[in-house]
Amino acid sequence: MLPVFSVVAVALQPAGEVWRHLAATVLTDYVINTLLLMLGVGAGALLIGVPAAWLTSIHDFPGRRIFEWALLLPMAMPAYIIAYTYTGLLDFAGPVQTLLRETFDWTRHDYWFPQVRSLPGAIVMLALVLYPYVYLLARTAFLDQSATVTEVSRSLGAGPWRRFFTVGLPLARPSLIAGVSLVQMEALADYGTVQYFGVNTFTTGIFRVWFGMGDSTAAAQLATLLLMFVFVLLVLERVSRRQARFHHAGGRHYRPPRLVLRGYAGGLAVAACLIPLLFGFLLPAGVLATWAARTAPRVVDERFLQLVTNSLLLALGAALLALLLALLLGYGQRLRPHPLVRLAVRGAGMGYAVPGTVIAIGVMLPFAAIDRTVDGWAREWLGISTGLLLSGTLIAVIFAYCARFLAVALHSVDAGLTRIRPSMDDAARSLGVTPRAVLWRVHIPILRGSLLTALLLVFVDVLKELPATLILRPFNFNTLAVRAYELAADERLADSASFALAIVLAGVGPVILLSRAIGRARPGYDPVP
Amino acid sequence: MPGLSKHLTLLSTFCLLAALAMPPVLANEEVNIYSARKEDLIKPLLDDFSRQTGITVNLVTGRDEELLQRLQSEGINTPADLLLTVDAGRLANARESGVLQAVQSEVLTARVPAVYRDPEGYWFGLSVRARPILYAVDRVDPEKLSTYEDLVAAQWKDRLCMRSSNSVYNQSLVAGMISHHGEAEAEAWAKGLVANFARPPRGGDRDQIKAVAAGECDLTLANTYYLGGMMDSDDASEREAAAKVAVFWPNVETTGVHVNVSGAGVTAHARNRDQAVKLLEFLASDAAQRWYADANNEYPVNPEIPPSATLAAWGEFNADTLNVAKLGELNAAAIRLMDRAGWR
Repeated sequence: MLPVFSVVAVALQPAGEVWRHLAATVLTDYVINTLLLMLGVGAGALLIGVPAAWLTSIHDFPGRRIFEWALLLPMAMPAYIIAYTYTGLLDFAGPVQTLLRETFDWTRHDYWFPQVRSLPGAIVMLALVLYPYVYLLARTAFLDQSATVTEVSRSLGAGPWRRFFTVGLPLARPSLIAGVSLVQMEALADYGTVQYFGVNTFTTGIFRVWFGMGDSTAAAQLATLLLMFVFVLLVLERVSRRQARFHHAGGRHYRPPRLVLRGYAGGLAVAACLIPLLFGFLLPAGVLATWAARTAPRVVDERFLQLVTNSLLLALGAALLALLLALLLGYGQRLRPHPLVRLAVRGAGMGYAVPGTVIAIGVMLPFAAIDRTVDGWAREWLGISTGLLLSGTLIAVIFAYCARFLAVALHSVDAGLTRIRPSMDDAARSLGVTPRAVLWRVHIPILRGSLLTALLLVFVDVLKELPATLILRPFNFNTLAVRAYELAADERLADSASFALAIVLAGVGPVILLSRAIGRARPGYDPVP
Repeated sequence: MPGLSKHLTLLSTFCLLAALAMPPVLANEEVNIYSARKEDLIKPLLDDFSRQTGITVNLVTGRDEELLQRLQSEGINTPADLLLTVDAGRLANARESGVLQAVQSEVLTARVPAVYRDPEGYWFGLSVRARPILYAVDRVDPEKLSTYEDLVAAQWKDRLCMRSSNSVYNQSLVAGMISHHGEAEAEAWAKGLVANFARPPRGGDRDQIKAVAAGECDLTLANTYYLGGMMDSDDASEREAAAKVAVFWPNVETTGVHVNVSGAGVTAHARNRDQAVKLLEFLASDAAQRWYADANNEYPVNPEIPPSATLAAWGEFNADTLNVAKLGELNAAAIRLMDRAGWR
């Protein structure tokens, strides 16, 4: 929570007349664009994620087993990279429009073509790579819905559509809202895509005010306003989850036979799953691969392996630490449900919606203050200078990752913990098992899937993370994301493709593992491929 | 014991973190750089420097303002000896915030002209970046072009592509306008410019050039090294686009072409001050100056270095003689002005 606090602390100082200027000129734009982006991306992620999850969890159709995991793949694609590839493809000067113009001999005023670099464009891009969060949580919820419910509704004569709208969807609502809130938080924090598309949101505003006008106070106040958006989201999510407790009434966990979709319905199902996969992963990855094939011999050198190692190690370290913290917080909340603990947990999760740069500076300021204090003390009492102990080290980087991505880990761990009903603890204890054994023999087996989910989600997120790495990293230390950014920022998109593709490929493995973990995480699972 | 393994995990995590936090082993002679120039655009020079002098160079790259923020928050403990930026305004800001120190070097004063360095030696420009008008050769008669100021004329209505006002290149261009004409006139100019946009601002400099080549608009403003980069690209479509666009040097008879510099200054608390000065002098040397032109099509600051073939083909120009530090002072004013003018 430290970074969030230090940002709010800066914001508490009185700001100059920058606000009057903003209010008179661009603030309305920021608010409207940010709201539209949030709503649009949330709606888009639901529209893609929920049908796909419903289809793959209780139906069967051609390719279902592949779609189950492949639908998660867009998660490995950083949003700013998908934005670059689509711009390269669909922009006025890109191959598609050029071909159209040449074929029909059109000029600029002769035809209409959707503008990629626009607010709707940004919404589509973000929805395409973020829907897997909704898909993931929705699928877990649909698979968890007790078979009895499905059977009862079926025996009452409810058709497939009706079952979806009157039973499946309402029961899964808490998970859907949790998924959408993750998606919206990620969309709020996005800088790379909106900046490239020239869409002005709170995030671009923070950068402009901070770095362009040199007013850190007003920037921190904008960031605090952004946090309010997040707070509202979190409250909404909690309110909806409160009702979730009544849903898990237990029951028999065997899998009812899947409803087989054939012909017309099967075709529709395949289309509903193939479209997001195609546009969210296959097409952009294909573009990257074509670019990389051309430029790799020139840009990939002996340092490449080092970059891959750096990225993987950082991601792994941060994922382990975030998991540990999430477990501590999760259990803290479970064992001592004090309002203060709950507030701390909630606050710790807010970092997810804060742009990486703001988190990074929120880490940098307090760490530098600690270093100064220790250094001053050592100089005075020991006559030596300790210099910088934390700033400019990988500790700062990993700390920033945890601050930013803890929410993801918390979500999964929390979801896992709610599945362990207190009655299970009591039952185990009454059978004479020690509390520690309860943890190892009851909790860990039930939690395993959730823990793995948390680990992998943070891992993939850290692989993609750019701003905090860029600002906080030590000398002579680069990651794949940093290299990809440097080349892309120099407007050498094709040159950056090799590194971008490496990020995507490094994320694919964990994503596939993730899908398997979900299959196994529940009682009575049938082993999926 | 199951509990033990959890403690072990914790312990090993902390050991790992402690190991990560250990400072690197110190070499005999070294110099540490915070650089806003991208690694590819500075590392080869630094490697040359290390080879020639035996001094190890450690590098962190990043964005101007973030590096400045890092430098400020680290205070007297900063490991950085040299701050490299790609915008003179940011160097002026760095001086203002007290993180740089003055350097007296005859070598540097001889090699870097006065308009491209701080009067008291807090920072030195190392390469010049010009932002002229680029036009579509098949649709624009260069005879009709004259100045930046003239771009608001009715004949250019709906023919202008421009990058967003988030771009520091446009910010310093407008800062230059304010400096020459005053704020009111500059704002009227910016409004006129916005009225002539063929489409809302978006994309980077290369995107503007491609848009001109593809016919989305006829004119744009872009830094020349982007055009050079496209001419040298291994992507045929980029080379074709670059061939459809030509450089026009505006304002040659009035204020001169808008230029900015990338440059560097020694930090206030540098521990390797002498090495840092040595590196600065190396970066201003003939060989390094030539490299800027050859590798990235930037103009040398040292007027005695002949430009590369690519640069020579674009012709000579008079650069704006305004001291580039002024652009930094007016940067915030420029952003507000563009907000008011509706330049997104």
